[in-house]
Amino acid sequence: MSGLNMNDVSMTFELPNGGSVEALKNINLNIKKGELVSVLGPSGCGKTTLLNILAGFLAPTGGDIELNGHAVTGPDSERGMVFQQGALFEWMNVSKNIGFGPKMKGTPQAEIDEKVKELLDIVGLQDFAEKMIYEMSGGMQQRVALARCLANDPDVILMDEPLGALDALTREKMQSLVLDIWKKTGKTIILITHSVEEALLLGERLIVMAPRPGRIHKEYQLPFAELGVGADLREVKRHEDFGSTRDEILNMIWDMEEEIMGRVDS
Amino acid sequence: MTFLNTTIPASFMEAVRFNTPPADEVGSLISTTLWMIVGIFFIFAIYMLFSAASWLIDKLFNKGRDKAKGYTSLKTVTFGDESAVVANRFASVASVVALFFFWALATGSSLLGPIQLPAPFLGEAEFEYTATNATGATDTGKVSVLVYPFGESPDQAKADNTNSGFAMDNAIKVRERRTALLSSRTIGAKETEGFAITQINGENVSPGGSVDIDAGTVFVTEKGSLQIRPYPGMTMESLYLPSPEEVWSSFIRLNKEGYTGVGLWENVFWSLIRVVLGFALGCLFGIPLGFAMGLSNWFRGWFDPIVEFMRPVPPLALIPLIIIWFGIGEQGKISLLFLAALWIMTIAARAGVSGVNISKVHAAYSLGATKRQLLTKVILPNSLPEIFTGARVAMGVCWGTVVAAELVAAEKGAGKMIIAASKFQLTDIVIIGIIIIGVIGFAIEVLMRKMENRLIPWKGKG
Repeated sequence: MSGLNMNDVSMTFELPNGGSVEALKNINLNIKKGELVSVLGPSGCGKTTLLNILAGFLAPTGGDIELNGHAVTGPDSERGMVFQQGALFEWMNVSKNIGFGPKMKGTPQAEIDEKVKELLDIVGLQDFAEKMIYEMSGGMQQRVALARCLANDPDVILMDEPLGALDALTREKMQSLVLDIWKKTGKTIILITHSVEEALLLGERLIVMAPRPGRIHKEYQLPFAELGVGADLREVKRHEDFGSTRDEILNMIWDMEEEIMGRVDS
Repeated sequence: MTFLNTTIPASFMEAVRFNTPPADEVGSLISTTLWMIVGIFFIFAIYMLFSAASWLIDKLFNKGRDKAKGYTSLKTVTFGDESAVVANRFASVASVVALFFFWALATGSSLLGPIQLPAPFLGEAEFEYTATNATGATDTGKVSVLVYPFGESPDQAKADNTNSGFAMDNAIKVRERRTALLSSRTIGAKETEGFAITQINGENVSPGGSVDIDAGTVFVTEKGSLQIRPYPGMTMESLYLPSPEEVWSSFIRLNKEGYTGVGLWENVFWSLIRVVLGFALGCLFGIPLGFAMGLSNWFRGWFDPIVEFMRPVPPLALIPLIIIWFGIGEQGKISLLFLAALWIMTIAARAGVSGVNISKVHAAYSLGATKRQLLTKVILPNSLPEIFTGARVAMGVCWGTVVAAELVAAEKGAGKMIIAASKFQLTDIVIIGIIIIGVIGFAIEVLMRKMENRLIPWKGKG
């Protein structure tokens, strides 16, 4: 079975004081190849835990995950990851960072150079090949992170709030870039975010998660990602369904937060 | 005896000997400390007075030259903003000049020209004394005094006794800042009964008293002899602190001739080579050890007790053991430096591993890196800043330790030169040694910082 399949994935942490936390409970999700999925939820709903399980950094306490028919048991270059920040290698320049994955696999240098050049074009960093990471702004660093992930040609790209630390303007540009890359490469992308607008823009399929225990609350199929490819994202935001869906989800999350607060108070 | 409401058994008190410190010893300890507070405050106050004077000069003649430039100059809040504080270079130079000034002043250096503290009396002087005998008759004799500088030994001037009375003339030589005794027997007491000195230069004096003369002070002892103390001046004797020019000339001599058959730079070279070898050994074993501790439960558990135990033990405390085990040869000193560097480098490397952002590790694995590639391509470069910080500390500690180790036992080395010279009271060589040790320690630090900037330009920018 192709695509990424999660079957009854559960995650229960033991706490030092003897209690336990159900970070995830019975997650069932099938993601088709080439799908752009955004995952949204209030803090503590287990969305980062889910992504770490998909990446293979955490082993679930229940259920299993399959990618293209084989089980996911640990990190692998078939599942690339883009982190919020701080994951680039400061001791390497931009080209070396992007070429890191192929280099680890022993790809010939000429091939790596060609790949790096192509990716620099895609993320718009043609003139920054020799720059060091610490000389670049946050937005440019995330472009490098995207390119580095793509260099390995992974089946799935996992993004853990990759644009969360960027300012609003840079963020908008990067959202367009993510959409472009999705369209150009046809990769399966799973993106975690805490911004409702971003989740709407960058998800043909939007999954809203709820906390305690972490579970899938609601799913949407949305047209905005397709509309946004190569278009002005501000135009997309003016779409009549955009505002109403946004308000619906915001209310949903607002209620969840209220519920958590209520439980804490009682 | 009770302690915290528990009766301590007598057998314990017998087993552990601890003599209650005598009250007077504790008292003198406390009073010494209090006097030190006064003394340090006094010295510091003089130095700060000098600093204040220099500051005034800077204000008058250095208008705006040391003003901050660029963005910093626009800051209105500078008091409390450490990044806006820049060392005033005039102050740095002036403070060093001040140190040399005090040094020159205290030693009566000729460098200062006319600015001199009163110097000790040197040269010839003369005084008259009046003595009485048993019959009550008085007579006057002359004593000529020759005060000679340290390092010279003039012939004893034998004064001819031209006096016809019972008070005889005599001569005496005294080293500067010292005293000399002229026995009453050499000026007539031997021949004259009831010989007693009553006046010096016409001033009445009784046994136990003293009279000031131009060249210093003359004491009449209880037994009636004369003790001559030439004026000691307010400068320091070169035995305690040689003047800058003396130190400089002996530095030139030391460069040419060396000391005890070993050239000056040969001594420095031996100290340096020990430091480099000991430090290299410490890095060679300490860095892998630190990585092992940062990467494996077993090694963390295995080495934790020894590392945590050895870390607070100062290397100097190991010197006796090292000498017992390895003797005074090179192996002992290099072993000591190895131990000094080892724990510092281990802890630095361990901190380097723990400082790796977990995202970087996850990213590397997601990009297909193996454990080995993760270690060499991510963890090692990422821990370089920590390792370098450790290396700077380790080099500093090693340099301090080598000098101390050589003080105890060595044939060549900067520390050895100092201790050998101190035994013969060659203070100038001791001071040269101290200055060279300080300058080299500083040079090592500067060199390490330069290398750090060169090799890990991303430090602090991650």
